[in-house]
Amino acid sequence: MKLDVSHLTKTYDKKTILNDCSYVFDKTGTYVLMGPNGCGKSTFLRICAMLERQDSGDIAYFDNSTVLANDITLKRRLTLVLPRTGVFNTTVFKNVAYGLKIRGLHHTVIERKVNAALDFVGLGPKTGQHARTLSSGETQRLGIARALVLEPEVLFLDEPTASIDEENTQIIESIIGAMKKEGRSTIIMTTHDREQATRVGDFQLVMRNGRIET
Amino acid sequence: MDSITQGFIRAFELIFHLNAELFGIILLSLKVSGLALVIATLAGLPLGAMLGLKRFPGRNLAISAVNTLMGLPPVVVGLFVYLILSRKGPLGFLGLLYSPTAMIIAQSILAIPIVTALCHSAIVNVDPLIRQASRTLGATQRQETLAIIHEARYGIISAIVAAFGRVMAEVGSILIVGGNIAGYTRVMTTTIALETDKGNFELALALGIILLLLSFIVNAVLHAIQRKGMVATQ
Ligand SMILES: Nc1ncnc2c1ncn2[C@@H]1O[C@H](COP(=O)(O)OP(=O)(O)O)[C@@H](O)[C@H]1O
Ligand SMILES: [Mg+2]
Repeated sequence: MKLDVSHLTKTYDKKTILNDCSYVFDKTGTYVLMGPNGCGKSTFLRICAMLERQDSGDIAYFDNSTVLANDITLKRRLTLVLPRTGVFNTTVFKNVAYGLKIRGLHHTVIERKVNAALDFVGLGPKTGQHARTLSSGETQRLGIARALVLEPEVLFLDEPTASIDEENTQIIESIIGAMKKEGRSTIIMTTHDREQATRVGDFQLVMRNGRIET
Repeated sequence: MDSITQGFIRAFELIFHLNAELFGIILLSLKVSGLALVIATLAGLPLGAMLGLKRFPGRNLAISAVNTLMGLPPVVVGLFVYLILSRKGPLGFLGLLYSPTAMIIAQSILAIPIVTALCHSAIVNVDPLIRQASRTLGATQRQETLAIIHEARYGIISAIVAAFGRVMAEVGSILIVGGNIAGYTRVMTTTIALETDKGNFELALALGIILLLLSFIVNAVLHAIQRKGMVATQ
């Protein structure tokens, strides 16, 4: 896996958030990005996940091909989990199946993958439950299951435990640990919990003045 | 008092004996309003979705216009369609005046703004996190739009049912363009209006009872959909 970020700049309403930001993610493992509120961590993840366009600078993905703005095939190799999970008004199962369905997979494959993903995050017994009846911790795990079922090469997690209790935080940290062991995705996550960064991170990065420092 | 009781008794007799004229009228009502609704949905859902999801110049003006048109007085629509379809009108050569087709056109015009406005409001009320979720999971533009529309499905069905209730109960426009011709353009509301006028209460009452029943069913369905949508959004 390789993600080569070079000279990224992003400005909102004359406020420069990312300022000539460069970093090469080229190791397997979990990267943790820290930094004060509002410094641009989420913006950085959104741009890396191709959900937003930078003002200038380049990101080379995987095999160094420079990105076209709307390359859906490339975009689908990356998945971002947001701090708050938007739940589709349907069952837990269908929420997790969504990403596979829009990729046109066969329903037997979908069923197998979704059940595996739900077991992985401990929501196996809640497959048929309505997703909007889940607790906030379970909802966040649903958000993670929905992403990892897609087996992205890079999984971005934006403050995955910011709004949930200690018990669910622990569960999510162990999910992150287990994903690392499986070794399928590189994880790039943000947090403002320094201790969490030490617990789950292999590489700790800090964002300051619109740049990434190690 | 006696004549009212008599009227009710005769009305129920008509209903329970499955009177052919009565059922022809009911069937035509359902056909005209049903087809008008199909047209209104085919036009109103995409329009409502566009107003809800796309940003374009004049969008706010269009939304206000649609909301205003929602309250179009049926007689005005009837007059308008009459003028267009009448022999000297621009589409007079089609010979559609006083036909079920003319009635479907008039009711479609009444229903399109209702379906559009209610679909628009159902779609803009979808949580913005839904759009973000589908986007982060790799949806294309089109798939993202479909995800939002799907999320608004209960509101959209409510919109269609509400518009159906409205056109079923409407008399002004179809009386003008349909003319209440027996066996051809007579529907429930126009028959009630004209037979009452003639002092012919039984048929009018029988149709009134059926219309109330239909309206009750429409509202029950509407309520059930809204409750289902609510349970599901908790
Ligand atoms: N879409 C946007 N429009 C305008 N300003 C934005 C937008 N997104 C983020 N910002 C601003 O950019 C700054 C960085 O935000 P963010 O990347 O969310 O920081 P962090 O995740 O580190 O807390 C904040 O000041 C925020 O208000
Ligand atoms: Mg953030």
